[in-house]
Amino acid sequence: MDSSSLAVRCQNVVKIYDTGGQKVTALNGVNLDIAMGELMMLVGPSGCGKTTLISVIAGILDQDSGHCEVFGEDLLNMSGQSKLNFRARNIGFVFQAFNLLPALNAAENVSIPLIINGMKRSDAERKATAVLEQVGLGTRVTALPSELSGGQQQRVAIARALVHSPRLIVCDEPTSSLDHETGHNVMTLLKEVALHKDRALVIVTHDARIFNFADRIAEMDDGHIINVKGAKNDASL
Amino acid sequence: MNHIAIKMLMGDRGKYLGIVMGLTFASLIMTQQPAIFLGLMSRSYSFITDVGLPDIWVMDEKVQFVDDIKPLQDTELYRVRGISGVQWAMPMYKGLLKARLADGTFQTCIVVGLDDATLIGGPPVMLEGKLDDLRRSDGVIVDIDGAIDKLGKPSPTPGGKPIPLKVGDSLELNDHRAIVVGIAKVTRTFQSQPVVYTTYSRAKNYAPKERKLLSFVLVKAKPGQDLAELTRRIRATTGLAAYTREEFKTLTYEYFMHNTGIPINFGISVLLGFIVGAAIAGQTFYNSTLENLRQFGVLKAMGTSNWILLRMILLQAVLVGTIGYGLGVGLTALFGYSMRNSILAFKFPWQLLLFSGAGVSVICIFAALLSIIKVIRLEPAIVFKG
Repeated sequence: MDSSSLAVRCQNVVKIYDTGGQKVTALNGVNLDIAMGELMMLVGPSGCGKTTLISVIAGILDQDSGHCEVFGEDLLNMSGQSKLNFRARNIGFVFQAFNLLPALNAAENVSIPLIINGMKRSDAERKATAVLEQVGLGTRVTALPSELSGGQQQRVAIARALVHSPRLIVCDEPTSSLDHETGHNVMTLLKEVALHKDRALVIVTHDARIFNFADRIAEMDDGHIINVKGAKNDASL
Repeated sequence: MNHIAIKMLMGDRGKYLGIVMGLTFASLIMTQQPAIFLGLMSRSYSFITDVGLPDIWVMDEKVQFVDDIKPLQDTELYRVRGISGVQWAMPMYKGLLKARLADGTFQTCIVVGLDDATLIGGPPVMLEGKLDDLRRSDGVIVDIDGAIDKLGKPSPTPGGKPIPLKVGDSLELNDHRAIVVGIAKVTRTFQSQPVVYTTYSRAKNYAPKERKLLSFVLVKAKPGQDLAELTRRIRATTGLAAYTREEFKTLTYEYFMHNTGIPINFGISVLLGFIVGAAIAGQTFYNSTLENLRQFGVLKAMGTSNWILLRMILLQAVLVGTIGYGLGVGLTALFGYSMRNSILAFKFPWQLLLFSGAGVSVICIFAALLSIIKVIRLEPAIVFKG
């Protein structure tokens, strides 16, 4: 694959946790390329290293060895502030538990990445409202997270991940807290709104019902990627 | 990010109120208790404050505070008058005498005998009658608080309030008749005993017969006279103690500070207020941060720097600190205002605002520091934990 078209290139990435004197190898020489415009799913049993891998890719966790380049930048060699700026500009996050700030309404939650990037609050909230309309929540911009259903909260989280036009969106189990229909709707939204040729999506999931949304699926086990295949084979995973 | 910090703080109303209440409590205790303490301590020298005219007080060298009377011979007055730099010197009697009330009970009073000719050292404010009326036969002036309460005549109804002593009423001081010729307003004394003013010669009649009855010599310095130099000269010439008004106040104040349990008792109250306030506010603030830890993690993951998170926490601490401090100080002021006519001692100088403000600041810094350390050490990868 041409490196200029790559969003993520992981080469021999190793991450070992020290849990009270006991060493646990979470990533054991992971190699993975993710192309721009691609929706890549990471699947595998609990504890296989999926979450550690997206944490490294998202630049919120440093690997112990190996290289992980995101848009050609080696995050490990970046200074703390550069890495923060890189994350603020280039990465969008969608979490399993939504992780919306409960005291902020939908528009305020969505505006956070813009404010972190230095936009004025009023402008940020205006843009956030526009993105909320895009995800079908134009009428709920002033609602608090507690006033929204699970699906609506995940839509707000998706709007928050998209609002600052990041080039990589990492999603951790985005549908596992949702029922089948809502999960399907959320994935449809992600694919329609979030994915385009200048952006890549990495989704960690256990939810076999959404495998067919993936362009490729990387199966992990015991800190390795044991298989990468197209979504057509999802039934076997 | 400031509005996010404020909304995060106020998002959980219960916790937010808990923090504010803790700080309000700490601020209230740290302001109100010292205010009562200062009020009480200022009463220890209130008599000196009320006697405004003299510059220097002369007394026996063993006197430790204003109520510690060690009488002098009357001849000491003339020795003081003879010292250069003294414009005038007047005698004053001050002693505790028993007054016999109309119902036959006794009440200890502070009797003050003023120079017969000049009446220097009299009460600061006359409410009824004139100071000159002391020259009338058996005349005494009684302070209003004493007249209303402790020297009042018994109520005709059992358990009722005493009938205030009025001008024209009489009482017995050490078996001598005294006629009330005036009612004065004086600053309450430490023991809150009634104060009865009379002339020096009459006070000597009221007092038990002793060889020495002169309590103080009140001295006015000549214009331009250096007071420190004059007190040194009086001490050197007479062998007596001589203090400026401020020095005598300090002597009295320090005696009470060192020889009574008052400072330590109030100190313990203030310390407890500080500790309880710090515990409530600090722990609630810290718990609030712990509960918001995932939210801070989300902000960190999205690219918020530690410096901005630190500012957010400091803003939260400053906000709750300011509100809690304002409420505490406001409640203290309200307390002082509502008690202004009661027997309660209360003094609220501006320095006390700085003292309690510093206390509340320490609590807030302590609470914020705990939270800041936790947030700065926070790994943003926490956001991916279920």
